Amino acid sequence: MKWQRKDLTELRGLSAEEITCILDTASEFKGVGQRRLKKVPSLRGKTLINLFVEASTRTRTSFELAAVRLSADVVNITAGSSSLSKGESLKDTAKNLEALAADLIVLRHSAAGAAQFLAERLRAGVINAGDGSHEHPTQGLLDTFTIRERLGRIAGVKVGIVGDIRFSRVARSNLHALKKLGAEVIFIGPPTLVPPEFQRAGASISHRLDDVLGELDVINLLRIQHERQKAGYFPGTGEYAALFGLNAERAARLKPGALVMHPGPIHRGVELDGSVADGPQSVILDQVTNGLAVRMAILYLCASAPREQEETL
Amino acid sequence: MSGGSVNIRGGRVIDPSSGRDETGDVFVVNGKFAKQPAEGAEEVDASGLVVCPGFVDIHVHLREPGQGAKETVESGTKAAAAGGFTSVVAMPNTQPTADHPGIIAWLRNRAKACGAVNVFPTGAITVGSQGEQLAPIGAMAGAGIVAVTDDGRCVQNHEVMRRAAEYCGMFGLPIMDHCQDASLAGSEAVMHEGYWSTLLGLPGWPRMAEEIIVARNVMLSEATGTRIHCQHISSGGSVNILREARARGVAISGEVCPHHIALTDEALAGYDSNFKMNPPLREQSDIDALLGGVADGTIDILATDHAPHTVYEKEVELAAAPFGIVGLETAVGLFCEILLHRRPVIDLPRMVAMLTINPSRLIGIDRGTLSVGSPGDITLLDPNRSWIVDKETFLTKGRNTPFHGWQLRGRAVRTIVDGRTVWKLGA
Amino acid sequence: MTSVAFEKTLLNASELASALARMADAMASELKNDDAVFLAGIPTRGVPLAKRLARELAVRGVECDCGSVDISMYRDDLGMREGISPLQNTELPVDLDRRTLVLVDDVQHTGRTARAAIEAVLAFGRPRRICLAVLVDRGGRELPIRPDFTGTQLSVAPNVRVRVRLAESDNGEEGAFAS
Repeated sequence: MKWQRKDLTELRGLSAEEITCILDTASEFKGVGQRRLKKVPSLRGKTLINLFVEASTRTRTSFELAAVRLSADVVNITAGSSSLSKGESLKDTAKNLEALAADLIVLRHSAAGAAQFLAERLRAGVINAGDGSHEHPTQGLLDTFTIRERLGRIAGVKVGIVGDIRFSRVARSNLHALKKLGAEVIFIGPPTLVPPEFQRAGASISHRLDDVLGELDVINLLRIQHERQKAGYFPGTGEYAALFGLNAERAARLKPGALVMHPGPIHRGVELDGSVADGPQSVILDQVTNGLAVRMAILYLCASAPREQEETL
Repeated sequence: MSGGSVNIRGGRVIDPSSGRDETGDVFVVNGKFAKQPAEGAEEVDASGLVVCPGFVDIHVHLREPGQGAKETVESGTKAAAAGGFTSVVAMPNTQPTADHPGIIAWLRNRAKACGAVNVFPTGAITVGSQGEQLAPIGAMAGAGIVAVTDDGRCVQNHEVMRRAAEYCGMFGLPIMDHCQDASLAGSEAVMHEGYWSTLLGLPGWPRMAEEIIVARNVMLSEATGTRIHCQHISSGGSVNILREARARGVAISGEVCPHHIALTDEALAGYDSNFKMNPPLREQSDIDALLGGVADGTIDILATDHAPHTVYEKEVELAAAPFGIVGLETAVGLFCEILLHRRPVIDLPRMVAMLTINPSRLIGIDRGTLSVGSPGDITLLDPNRSWIVDKETFLTKGRNTPFHGWQLRGRAVRTIVDGRTVWKLGA
Repeated sequence: MTSVAFEKTLLNASELASALARMADAMASELKNDDAVFLAGIPTRGVPLAKRLARELAVRGVECDCGSVDISMYRDDLGMREGISPLQNTELPVDLDRRTLVLVDDVQHTGRTARAAIEAVLAFGRPRRICLAVLVDRGGRELPIRPDFTGTQLSVAPNVRVRVRLAESDNGEEGAFAS
């Protein structure tokens, strides 16, 4: 297939073929990291703007490095330093960036739909680096890539995602990518954080980690935010850890060869014990490495999409 | 102000206040309905059309004072005329809030000076609609309000609401309530809580946020005897609560808006802020329940919740966009299309009653009827006329409609206030 | 793939075979003294061509390894074409530095593919020498790059598309065609 999209705003709307195309492209880009020159000239002369209205050092760094490896010029804009903090609208900010000839805009924003909002209004390609609780497509892709790389397949794999599913863009992007490629996805957590509506979206739901632990090929632990505790979604991190934390005792009951994943940053001792995070089943650092390859693939593909030329007289 | 005179002949005359439904003539002499035609007055051939009392919209945001960029009394009432409405009830959530008689007087003067149709003001229940201290309801009653409401907000403190209901009884004023429990709705919700909000990652608010307050209002109305009107009902559960209470004779009522029976929460899938309204678009089961409530009379008033905003306010990320859509110029078309054509749940006289005498009785005005001696407000309706919504032709300042491009059957073709034509299709 | 209606045959199967043989002769005499020759085919059809040439060279007493070099990441026209094809495998030896590397492609046109291939190879190492071998040189150069070894030289109008088909990748069909 030929990639045709200038934007990547969500995985829900992608076909299995498109997702596979991204993963295959990422495999090739992963090889670039092993070349003597770890840099290719694909995006030479193109400008990428990291527009991070919500702070995230990890994702921004990964995108920046991906862009640099592709020879793009990169400018980072964070919320505090932008006109957005002076009340300029997102649309005006983005239009200004486009007027400065940005080819790609990577957007992290607290509002769901913000990336789509820009994508519809800009000629530049827009990559969603996380929009509210909606999606974090590159995270979903890098998790899927890591599973495929380690287990050799996605179809039939049983993936448990544990934690704050309700507010998690990572869980949503994982669900869409994994389901399209034939995996089974189980969302695990208290009913307050795992609403039943996800069943209609294709996930199974469990409120008892211990019941499903032994069936999983992959367990992906999400970070538990203290804000949720304040808002009454669960009584405290201690009780959460007791019910849903992956400690050494639970890890011992995982299938041999099951993968332990975490999108980071980890709350050690809450959702994941340190010994498990650093243990033999953990692929957390693979996720980080693969994130770079996946982001290179996304930037490469979206930059390659044909643009409508401006009308000239 | 002396009115105009007009003789309207040969239309299907529907006047639910008297049960009249026949082909015949209607006469207005010097602004009042009369038995005999006016000599030398304008003659209007209404054959093929329906002659109704002028439509009354009890839920309109005219935005003045203070928000003239969104709408003015002039533009809002012109839009009302173009939509077939001869009377609008203005909501008090302006800047400043209409919570004292000075603002009520200002609005009435403004309407007299530049209003294309009748404007009936409401006053806030509480000072600044903050839900804490009662506004000077008696003084505002003296200044001419027809109801009190904190629309846009909802009095959360039940004790305050109870005292408001007791107090309003003294003036015979109804309370119109935007039924919404703030703690259940949360401060960040942008849409109905359900499958689509879950999928889209958008904070939602559940049906029960509305239903709890509807149930509260039933209890308060029953205890105080004051009429409480539940605005823009969106949830099927609310209909059940209203139905049960009205069967017991409680002075409670509800209205339904076009968007809540035309669209579901799935419409938010594109993150378009023209589908962001409060209360939110809900599910097909809610639409079915709302239509059931319309069919059996549980819901007996149709309204628009006309809520204009500027383009720049609406063209932002969904979370940052204000709630609401314009409705005055699309409501009659949508009501005809949905209630008469697509899913015929009521007949034309019932629909006319829900747009005329029912809202007039709620707010105690002498309009919404063709009875002799009443003000000569008339809407000429073609319930089958096919047309396409084009927001660029709107007379409202707002362009925030989710219905642009919709093909509808049913349109007002002439609007007459006090015997004078204030709007005519194609004129 | 089946033949397109308005295709003109430029080389039939036997002409293609003799063109390949001519290339192999020239390469054998030029490279016989080089150590560790590596043939890097440019996908798609450069890859089977490189394998065939390696066999032909072996017959002529020159042993060499084969691999591939995908140029997609090194192109200079990203976003200017209608979509892009999936990335292909790149297989180059780790000890590139002391070797003679021959880039193998089916058709030479503008020279841009060869330029990108040279850049791609240089990202992996520093060969002692890089040569270019193409089956059909159709003319129309836009860069000062000309093949060292050519199967056949043609002069084709700019708007004509020249395609090579090889049995390995084209369901047994063999030849060079203009359309």
